[in-house]
Amino acid sequence: MSVVDDASPPATTGRPILELLEGFIVELREAGLPVSLTENLDAMEAVKHIPLEDREAFKYALAATLVKSNAHWRAFETVFEVYFSLRGKQFTISDGDELRELTDDDLDAMEAMEGRQGQGMQGGGGDALTPEQLAEMLYKALMEGDEAMLRALARQAVKRYAGMEPGRPVGGTYYLYRTLRNLDLDSMLERLMNQAREDSPAPMSSLEERLERDEYELRIEDLKKEIEAEIRRRLVMDRGVEAMAKTLRKPLPEDVDFMHASREEMASLRKAIYPLTRKLAVRLARKRRHGRKGPLDFRNTMRHSLSYGGVPAEPKFKYPRPAKPEIFVIADISGSVAAFARFTLHLVYAISNQFSKVRAFVFIDGIDEVTSYFEGVEDIGEAVHRVNTEADVVWVDGHSDYGHALEVFFQKWGKDIGPKTTVLLLGDARNNYHASQSWTLKEMQHKARHLYWLNPEPRSYWDTGDSIVGEYGVHCDGVFECRNLRQLEKFVDNLV
Amino acid sequence: MDARFDTVSDVRDHLKQVDYLADEGISGVVYLADRLGKPVLVEGPAGTGKTQLAKSVAESLGARLIRLQCYEGLDEAKAIYEWNYKKQLLRIQTERNTREAVEQEGGKAAWDDISTDIFSDEFLLTRPLLEAISADDPVVLLIDEVDRVEVETEALLLEVLSDYQVSIPELGTLTAKQIPLVFLTSNNTRELSEALKRRCLFLHIDYPDLEREKEIVLTKVPDITEALADQVARIVRSIRQLELKKSPSVSETLDWARTLMILGVESVDESTATETINILLKYQSDIAKAVREFSKDQAAFKAVG
Repeated sequence: MSVVDDASPPATTGRPILELLEGFIVELREAGLPVSLTENLDAMEAVKHIPLEDREAFKYALAATLVKSNAHWRAFETVFEVYFSLRGKQFTISDGDELRELTDDDLDAMEAMEGRQGQGMQGGGGDALTPEQLAEMLYKALMEGDEAMLRALARQAVKRYAGMEPGRPVGGTYYLYRTLRNLDLDSMLERLMNQAREDSPAPMSSLEERLERDEYELRIEDLKKEIEAEIRRRLVMDRGVEAMAKTLRKPLPEDVDFMHASREEMASLRKAIYPLTRKLAVRLARKRRHGRKGPLDFRNTMRHSLSYGGVPAEPKFKYPRPAKPEIFVIADISGSVAAFARFTLHLVYAISNQFSKVRAFVFIDGIDEVTSYFEGVEDIGEAVHRVNTEADVVWVDGHSDYGHALEVFFQKWGKDIGPKTTVLLLGDARNNYHASQSWTLKEMQHKARHLYWLNPEPRSYWDTGDSIVGEYGVHCDGVFECRNLRQLEKFVDNLV
Repeated sequence: MDARFDTVSDVRDHLKQVDYLADEGISGVVYLADRLGKPVLVEGPAGTGKTQLAKSVAESLGARLIRLQCYEGLDEAKAIYEWNYKKQLLRIQTERNTREAVEQEGGKAAWDDISTDIFSDEFLLTRPLLEAISADDPVVLLIDEVDRVEVETEALLLEVLSDYQVSIPELGTLTAKQIPLVFLTSNNTRELSEALKRRCLFLHIDYPDLEREKEIVLTKVPDITEALADQVARIVRSIRQLELKKSPSVSETLDWARTLMILGVESVDESTATETINILLKYQSDIAKAVREFSKDQAAFKAVG
């Protein structure tokens, strides 16, 4: 490595690094990662063996000792970037000229590029570029996949377009948006694709076309990451490490609120559901087998008494016969819980893979059975699509009406609920001031083995406005706040 | 403890010699595992070379690989050690016979003799974990698919993993003569216990990036041209971006590349890809989706141009 960290000279093993690490671990814990004391010690041991200058290896070393779940990687990475962005080869960012910190190769490439365009170096290096030139260089760099060049250009772009001012209290996303808007990467992609089409000798087949597009999209994605990193670096310079770490802190996948999950977060949630339903299946199965002893088994006792000369010395008990649990899932899929509903459907799908007898119902103000949509379906997306388009869930106006839906449910399918059935209700119980018809739940509770209500709203919102979860709740075996994976997991864990 | 590797790049070179291409993360963690004397928990999608990593490390070090395949119902007797009851019984039988024949001094002393005798090394059947601990030669211990055992059984591993020792009530504690490199693999079908995770270094192996996958294809498939390898890697990457039930693994990529070689394909076009895609994808719905995706662009392109 050519450029050495010059602010804290003995960076490898000295005190500064340990202090930095301590702050780093505190921040990880703040972000919700479970870092134990042993892991902390391991990390301190690990950094003795890996030099800080080798940033990638250093990162992996810390990750290996501190992060024990792949789902936590993103959170770790964010914190790492904040804490160690000012270390390593891109150490200083002075406002004068960026190019000084670039490696010599980058610099040469830049100069060559500028020279070719017949521009002298005026003032501070890259400042001489016009926006068109910058765009042109970016285009070339993307075309050739020149990573060093892209990194340099990302810096230029941030410097030029983000309009960052010290002390201005806006988040990094704002700067990111400004930079990207000016670069207009979408049309850049089209331009690249057109060029690729022209360059290829024969007309491109759709396969080739797709591969090219993938390649360019990936490069553009990398560029965006570079820009983001650059913005972050500058923000850290401005505001300090702790403050930045706090603003950038993102919830761990298990803490993401179902109702406000982004697309990306939703995807990681989906992956996490499967282990959870398996756990749910194990819980319910175990409960069946390890249940308490049943009543006295008279016949068996008598039979055994023969060996004691007719004295029933050893009482025998009936063990409850393991019954296959039946699960009825009744889910609200109205607009007010749209994000949650999407998640719910995935959950239903996952559950139905684990249990043989699962029936699924969805409702808004009408209710419909959707069990068949999930059966033998390999593609969950398709099933969800069918549920959303085909299920007959609108009765009058498509605003949730729990009362009517539950009443219809009870009339149509109530007789199927038996002592083996566990009923799971998923919804926010916002009834638009319709009649609650809570007697249906009371009846269901009598017939079913268990009746649970999972509510995606924060507990403090319950029974405010048109929410009548309290009224329904009295008839349930339990009402649980279920806003994130952690709470769902807790529900599953306590299901004994 | 003498280190097996000098630097991180030394790890990479070692592994490269046995045709395993490690990236930064992999080599870094293996290096650390060696230095810190800690087991490595390797996690990631199926077919990304988790088990192969352990094998390759063993091969590159010239160490013996001891493998414990986990499954539901694995117990102490299969994982750590077991007393050889039959042999013990035989020993007692022989003892008694000889005693009866000689008919010498009786009772207690003889019993003590036997009982210490039958609980000695001779009657101990070593299972993988104990074998790894007691080995004199260099060994690499692989505990494969650790997520398949029940949470309760995981506890069996803890003593070995943290202290490299095994306690046998009749014999006392056996401590490792040398700390072996230990790899645990998991397909993440369930969450492993905190206790286990805490004792290990964590390594997530994901699908390789384009460059590495191409390298892997070039290394593992003899005589393949660079252009074809590049194309294979690109197509696979493209397929992995789709939302599939099961994304193609590295081993499937290799199978596909080999198939293409056997078929004498020099450059993959749409029809070849469609015809051979069942080697990459194993579910009918996935295949249909991929084929649809590849021809969809064509339609879109025609509509535009």
